[in-house]
Amino acid sequence: MNIRLICRIAIALLLARRKQTIIAAIGVTFSITMFIALLSFMSGLNDLLDGIMLNRTAHVRIYNDIKPNLKQPVTVSKEFRNSYNFIRSVKSVSNRQEIYNSGAIMQALKKDKRVKGLAPKITAQVFFINGSVDITGIINGIDVQAESKLFHFSDYVTDGNPLDLKNVPNSIILGQGLADNLKVNIGDVVQITTVQQQLFSLKIMGFFKSGVKELDEVQSFASVSTTQKISGKADNYITDIQVKLYNIKIAPAVAKEYARLFQADAEDIQTANAQFETGSFIRTLISYLVGITLLIVAGFGIYNILNMLIYEKMDSIAILKATGFSGSDVNRIFIVIALSIGIVGGLFGLLFGFLFSLIIDQIPFVTASLPTVRTYPINYSLAFYIIGALFSIVTTLFAGWAPARKASKIDPVIIIRGK
Amino acid sequence: MGNTVMLEARQINKSFHDPLTVKILNDITFTISSGEFVSVTGKSGCGKSTLLYILSTMDTDYEGDVFIEQEIMRGKSEKELAGVRNKKIGFVFQFHYLLNEFTVLENVMLPGLKLGASREEEVKEKAMGLLKELDIHPLFNKYANQLSGGEKQRVAIARALINSPGIIMCDEPTGNLDKKNSLIVFGIFKKLAEENHQTLLVVTHDEEFARNSHRIIEMEDGRIINK
Repeated sequence: MNIRLICRIAIALLLARRKQTIIAAIGVTFSITMFIALLSFMSGLNDLLDGIMLNRTAHVRIYNDIKPNLKQPVTVSKEFRNSYNFIRSVKSVSNRQEIYNSGAIMQALKKDKRVKGLAPKITAQVFFINGSVDITGIINGIDVQAESKLFHFSDYVTDGNPLDLKNVPNSIILGQGLADNLKVNIGDVVQITTVQQQLFSLKIMGFFKSGVKELDEVQSFASVSTTQKISGKADNYITDIQVKLYNIKIAPAVAKEYARLFQADAEDIQTANAQFETGSFIRTLISYLVGITLLIVAGFGIYNILNMLIYEKMDSIAILKATGFSGSDVNRIFIVIALSIGIVGGLFGLLFGFLFSLIIDQIPFVTASLPTVRTYPINYSLAFYIIGALFSIVTTLFAGWAPARKASKIDPVIIIRGK
Repeated sequence: MGNTVMLEARQINKSFHDPLTVKILNDITFTISSGEFVSVTGKSGCGKSTLLYILSTMDTDYEGDVFIEQEIMRGKSEKELAGVRNKKIGFVFQFHYLLNEFTVLENVMLPGLKLGASREEEVKEKAMGLLKELDIHPLFNKYANQLSGGEKQRVAIARALINSPGIIMCDEPTGNLDKKNSLIVFGIFKKLAEENHQTLLVVTHDEEFARNSHRIIEMEDGRIINK
């Protein structure tokens, strides 16, 4: 059967009820618009919130945990091999956090094709001297360039140039909260004492704002070499190697492999931050549910319009049947009507959804905890548009199915006799 | 030409079962040959319209058999019956039943396009020819609801003729037309039967109309009392 003729009849019927058709299409447009805008916005927020954590966290962290040796003398001893040995209150003997042979490990990691980059890190516990009071703090020794590249360190430095850490010896970037407590400015010199009671003077090069106030009150950053000096260690002393992978999903497997290979501890991001996955999953689920609900409501709108159209066009359907159109032809006519409402409404919905996302993207969103964010975040993922388009077609098909079936079952004799 | 059987009814019985079983048609048997112009008359409720719907294949709930151009209609699917209506039967109803969403020309063309036997231009040409023949061609671009009753009925006749069907069935074609328009319609029918050798089966109340046709089938209480 000639599909052009069917489309022609469908369009003529649609145009005869122009206003209702437009209202039905607007229903679809509205729901698709909201679906796109909502999902883009929610997923943008999700990415932002995940990013706060993901951007700053290594996919795999290699370190040496302070823990008692698993091989205690009694378990090694041949004499007690066949016995159960109970040792209570085992203490760790050496407080050695250093990663053995860190230079060689870093060389090996750089050659690994799965690794996007790595950044060494050491931490030192210090006291910042503020008059007669000492404030506890932590100095993170970092490689500024690697840290900026992999973990967006420079995004969080609100004042000063992060590269100064590398270029100026004995320099430090303080957390904003810490700086406020110490009442210091850029260019000032801050006095610290180490746990080993040694006194150092460090020049303040900038301030740092992570978005987590508690962190900003204790954290500060210096170069790796400055921190090694403060800790009184040699220049191969590294306590952490942070590895960023190309594919975050393989992190658990890679962590296990590295732990075995380098005989150190390795922790993957999934284990370290399990709760984040759950949070973003639930948020995504909720936004999809809301979007799909909107579409279903629009589907009912289409169903209503088609039902009304069928009641109004009973005579036309009867005459089409009397002049030789079969039930399946009539069915197709109404399916085409439903589909064209869905496709036209859906296309406009995609367009308006995109425009709406652009507008949301311009709304200022300034918050103390997210220094790098200026406007509301939007994720312009093509996937939402594809889902929206598919869904608009599927819902209208479902909405049109029952009325079309009803139309195809109309008995022309009853209509013609009824007059 | 007059001896080919175009339409045959064999022992057609039909009853309505709601709310009581009432027999509407009782043992209807007749044949109509090509080129015949037959009127079916009878009082309201005698079953003549019901018979027409059965003969036209729209109503399939009956006993007995209907043959159209010597082909039995029983056992055909809904789609096949639609094809028969499209190709072999032309319809004219009392209330003309044009589609208001289409122009006069499109209304006439629709069954032709549905048949799909010829290209759209050819169907269009044929439709224009029919409109001209019925003297309503200046109205071809008007919508159905802009026409007068007589004009509408002529458009409906043009539509019935578009696929050159062997049989044309009419349900009270002059039922709501004035004298002048009734005469025009009658003239057209007569010409179709005598010049084109098409078979006409017309259900009518109009005594004069019936008297002037070739043959009258008179019905009473679901039976044929005179054929």
